Amino acid sequence: MKRQWGMVIDLDRCTGCEACVVACHAENNLATVGRDGAARGRTMHWMRVERYWEGEFPEVRLRFQPVLCQQCGDAPCESVCPVYATYHNPEGLNAQVYNRCIGTRYCGNACPYNARVFNFFNPVWDKPLDLQLNPDVSVRSVGIMEKCTFCIQRIKQVEIRSQESKQPIADGEIQPACVQSCPANAMVFGDLDDPKSKVSQLARSNRATRLLREVGAQPNVIYLRSVS
Amino acid sequence: MVAPSVEQLNQEILRPLARTSWRYYLTAGILGAIVIAAIAAFIYQVYAGIGVSGLNRPVFWGFYITDFVFWIGISHAGTLISAILRLTHAGWRRPVTRCAEAITVFALLIGASFPIIHLGRPYLFFWLLPYPSERGIWPNFHSPLLWDAFAITTYLTGSTIFLYLPTIPDFALVRDKARGWRKKIYHVLSLGWKGTPRQWHRLEMAMRIMAVVILPVAVSVHTIVSWDFAMPPVPMWHSTAFGPYFVAGAIFSGIAALIIAMAVLRKAFHLEQYLTPFHFDKLGKLLLLMSLVWGYFIVAERMTVWYGNESPEMAVYWSSAQGRFTHLFWFMVFCNLLVPFFILSIKHFRTITGTVIASITVVIGMWLERFLIIVPSLERKYLPYTWGSYRPTWVEITITAGTFAAMALLYMIFSKLVPIISIWELKLGMRDDGSSPQPALEPATPSRIVAEPGFAAPGK
Repeated sequence: MKRQWGMVIDLDRCTGCEACVVACHAENNLATVGRDGAARGRTMHWMRVERYWEGEFPEVRLRFQPVLCQQCGDAPCESVCPVYATYHNPEGLNAQVYNRCIGTRYCGNACPYNARVFNFFNPVWDKPLDLQLNPDVSVRSVGIMEKCTFCIQRIKQVEIRSQESKQPIADGEIQPACVQSCPANAMVFGDLDDPKSKVSQLARSNRATRLLREVGAQPNVIYLRSVS
Repeated sequence: MVAPSVEQLNQEILRPLARTSWRYYLTAGILGAIVIAAIAAFIYQVYAGIGVSGLNRPVFWGFYITDFVFWIGISHAGTLISAILRLTHAGWRRPVTRCAEAITVFALLIGASFPIIHLGRPYLFFWLLPYPSERGIWPNFHSPLLWDAFAITTYLTGSTIFLYLPTIPDFALVRDKARGWRKKIYHVLSLGWKGTPRQWHRLEMAMRIMAVVILPVAVSVHTIVSWDFAMPPVPMWHSTAFGPYFVAGAIFSGIAALIIAMAVLRKAFHLEQYLTPFHFDKLGKLLLLMSLVWGYFIVAERMTVWYGNESPEMAVYWSSAQGRFTHLFWFMVFCNLLVPFFILSIKHFRTITGTVIASITVVIGMWLERFLIIVPSLERKYLPYTWGSYRPTWVEITITAGTFAAMALLYMIFSKLVPIISIWELKLGMRDDGSSPQPALEPATPSRIVAEPGFAAPGK
């Protein structure tokens, strides 16, 4: 069955708590780089919460915008990789093959969202964090690119289960770590090709917008945002 | 000036092959030390991880890609200029072509190493090549980086042949004059050259074909290098002008490198009689022309962005017009436009010293140009939250310095092994121009060039 996984993020609900960032780190074995690494711009977040101020003092308003890989339909990162380490999988995801990556970092330059992160060094985890690594996700080594996968390990798990039990995947059955952990319920994940799914209903909302639509990458992450 | 006789010509141009001064060894030693330091820095980078460079997110490319584009640009000195001069039968090309073609080959070798040096996992570079693997995976032919791999290997092969072909008769000349183990080496290198009319005919045909073939290859190489930047949707990279802009810049920096190399050779090997102010004057005019072409491109590019006034592009635009890179930007304009214009457009200043000064500033300016194309765009890419900044580390600086030393060193070694000026072409030129009054010109008929009585290399 053809699917198009997508996500809706309601910016009017987001409180900027960054629970999604922490959940993503735990689920996907993201390395931490320490204070120096962060200062040098080498953080490994697949998901980040951007913070923008709107208006002039004292009429200011704080806006949060969680940004992750937008799983673009026409992804600039895919065409530039010389070795097919990043490619489009049949379910519309931008898959990243860690073993194939040679580290040209060209995809990172091509990505308009700067959603891709690079392993500048071999990752290290402070003890005892090394004992909590997720066995479903491979640990990456130095010199390769990585990025949000929409928690592909969770997607695959549900898909395999549904194939075995011959039961269709229910809407909302798959939850990436960020969606699952969002206390404000600001994020919804699902099949955009299914008109009845919650995610595609929300995507048709008149608050729906896409990030940097003018670049033409056709992102599959939809932001809901009221225009004030 | 009295034209040199054939015997004098042989002796003077072959002198560097026979005699080596202590200054040469000293210079080679210093340059070698810098190259070794650069190699050590690279090994350290492979061992510790590419994080020892100043690269970060979002500036994934920095000094290394700047060096890559710069050296590929320098490589356009040679083959392109030499091919144009050959095809247009410019008589003054004769003493210039070999130095130019050698620059191409060495600059390409250095430039081509950077896509490997900058890799996160450099030991896997061969995955860029379409070899039959047990996994059945081919490289991605959509990627401009792959086009690079093909364009550069084609250009390297072509320019090596282009350098080698016209050297064959000179190798034969050295073979006939050398003794001992050297004779054996040059015997192999000269490919059994005897100087028969048939061989001359074939050589001429081959060179004519190569000169025609190498031109589109050279243009395509730098166009493809520019497409590395122009293809992805990055502000101020994504420009249709980049192909011709980069080709013009490459020829520009290439001529500058050629002038510097010629001036050094002239001084070091006492070739004053062959590389004359006339050559520097001609190349100086060419440099002036390319400086104006380059100026035209940069005005066209920046004017278009400014009037277009799109916010992502303007963020990059202002960072070089008023922000962090202002000083570098105007220094680049000073180096590439003002200095060459004021030195080279005034006949009085278009001397050897004048052209060399202009060339040095152009080389600096063109390196900066590549840096200012690559880094500001990545620092200011779309979402302001992710904007970053880049500062090189000692590893990148050492490796960059090492490439300049490597270029000089390779060139020095080359000048000891190969006559740096094409002897047979000079002789042919003397015959054609009738510039020498001496009957000694008779041996310049091609079939007789190598038939001169052998001599013992001086100093042996």
